[in-house]
Amino acid sequence: MKKGYFGDFGGQFIPELLMPPLLELEEAMKTILPSEEFQTRFTQMLKENVGRPSTLTYCPRISEQLGLDLWLKREDLNHSGAHKINNTLGQGLLAKMMGKEVLLAETGAGMHGVATTVAAAMLGMKAVIYMGATDVVRQAPNVNRMRLMGAEIIAVESGTKTLKDAINEALRRWLADQENTHYCFGTAAGPYPFPDLVREFQQIISKEARQQFMDRNDGKLPDTVVACVGGGSNAIGMFHHFVPDESVKIVGVEAAGTGEPGCDDSAPLDHGSDGVLHGMKTKLLQTEEGQILPSHSVAPGLDYPGVGPEHAHLQAIGRVDYTTINDAQAINAFKMLSQQEGIIPALESSHAVAYAIEHKEELQGKSVLVCLSGRGDKDLGILDEIL
Amino acid sequence: MNPMQTKIEEANKQGKAGLIPFLPAGFPTRDQFWKELEQLDAAGASVIEIGMPFSDPVADGPVVEKASLKCLDDGINLQWIFDGLKERKGQFNAAILLMGYLNPVYQYGLDEFAADCEAAGVSGLIIADMPIEEAGFVKEAIEPHGVALVPLVGLNTPKERMKLYAENASGFCYFVSVLGTTGQRESLPTRIKAKLTEAKEVFDIPIALGFGIKHPDQLTEFDGLLDAAVFGSALITHIEDGKSSAEFMEPWK
Repeated sequence: MKKGYFGDFGGQFIPELLMPPLLELEEAMKTILPSEEFQTRFTQMLKENVGRPSTLTYCPRISEQLGLDLWLKREDLNHSGAHKINNTLGQGLLAKMMGKEVLLAETGAGMHGVATTVAAAMLGMKAVIYMGATDVVRQAPNVNRMRLMGAEIIAVESGTKTLKDAINEALRRWLADQENTHYCFGTAAGPYPFPDLVREFQQIISKEARQQFMDRNDGKLPDTVVACVGGGSNAIGMFHHFVPDESVKIVGVEAAGTGEPGCDDSAPLDHGSDGVLHGMKTKLLQTEEGQILPSHSVAPGLDYPGVGPEHAHLQAIGRVDYTTINDAQAINAFKMLSQQEGIIPALESSHAVAYAIEHKEELQGKSVLVCLSGRGDKDLGILDEIL
Repeated sequence: MNPMQTKIEEANKQGKAGLIPFLPAGFPTRDQFWKELEQLDAAGASVIEIGMPFSDPVADGPVVEKASLKCLDDGINLQWIFDGLKERKGQFNAAILLMGYLNPVYQYGLDEFAADCEAAGVSGLIIADMPIEEAGFVKEAIEPHGVALVPLVGLNTPKERMKLYAENASGFCYFVSVLGTTGQRESLPTRIKAKLTEAKEVFDIPIALGFGIKHPDQLTEFDGLLDAAVFGSALITHIEDGKSSAEFMEPWK
């Protein structure tokens, strides 16, 4: 397989001026990442600062109601409230050991921005966060958290003012400011080596979850593993160690937006086609002429017209089923998990929980393991407007 | 020899730098665009660079991005560009170069794109988001149709990578003057001279300096190190101010 590719997907479709920092990063992955110093410090940070291993939670009331066994991998309990911290601490430490001083990031829901800011603060680095102007309003609590922890927030007014445009602007900043800056890409997407690097830091989710599930279930594996897919980092982390387990059905849930015919959605794997954006060949929401379409989801972290290339590959080879959940279904799951189990999930993760609810008939008697990628405190403002 | 190289060398023989103006297709309006091209051609452009508008132009600064997005809103697409160029084939003295991002070209179909380039008299192509590692399939499609894939290198391109680009390059080499996006700048980095010298040693085709070029005075310090200059944002701003391309070209002659 060609370097940087997952089957037909992946690559390095970026301006030549960004190749030197990407090559530098690739080299650091080969030399610094496997070093004892990196691994020791990273493991220690995951334990002491993130709170790993995150727990596995059984949901007795919802399980009884739905007629299945619902288990949650609790990334929402991580410090800073989501799986994102696994990646930002990893990339932050790597960047620090590469001699960089600034962590640059894009963010949609704000969770990656918060996690990057946490990593920067812990490592004595500066955080510069690009966020679509629409998301700055939608996710005000996270903006306040980032500012409190010392990040410079740049509201992006161009394009659709959401994650896609924040990525464009962050890439431009990196072009201009690459010597001391590491682009701490937030999801398992973008040009090689980011999809590999982010998966490396997120695969701990499935490594832990697989063992924890077997420990609680007499060595059995779950029947179904589910995660929401925006760019796809929590999902690739949740899927990675289950991919070789043929008995496990793996499901990625994309956001269908309002679900009305012709609405903007965030489901490139289900509704998109092959194309090139943000450094990768992948599935995209686009016009026939190759212009990128606006995306929409009630969950800002899923509001992206592309997806990580490994997901496109896993779909192409038929290993993972990708399906959609709409805004209303996700909100229903949000309320149900909050009221039945006392867990307020992120709207992003609510899409994955909603899969179990909406497919309860076919999942009767089965064990369903869902990645609860983040917590929903940040979304209460959105919910206040809707409910 | 690719027509872009021929035209730049013709200018150089007259003791001048080749001039490579850039305009997004359909700017400032669908009709006016072709008139601007005629003016640029008449004013001595060696190569005319036409931007293929894209919704997410990460290598472009605010001036080019805004102009390109307006053109997209006006319905400009690759078909419109090819139709207009085919209609005017043979009417331009300058060589024609298309610049854009991969996705629209990819969706158009590479083989069809390459054939239409030839039919429309296009001599070169710049894909801003395609380093040499990914360029093989595009080169393979366009070169049999006489279309050169113009390499972009810059201040941070190591000499070894320049050599990779130089091995199969034709037309000219586009040297990006800044680490950043397109757009006018008051001054250019001092490191340019050393890197241009390196590029001169590596490429046996003309070197054009682009990004941040605002007026001809900026080029005098690079005498002997560059063969052509590319300017886009300054020209776009000039036209937005209601002035003509012909007027813009005056100081460059």
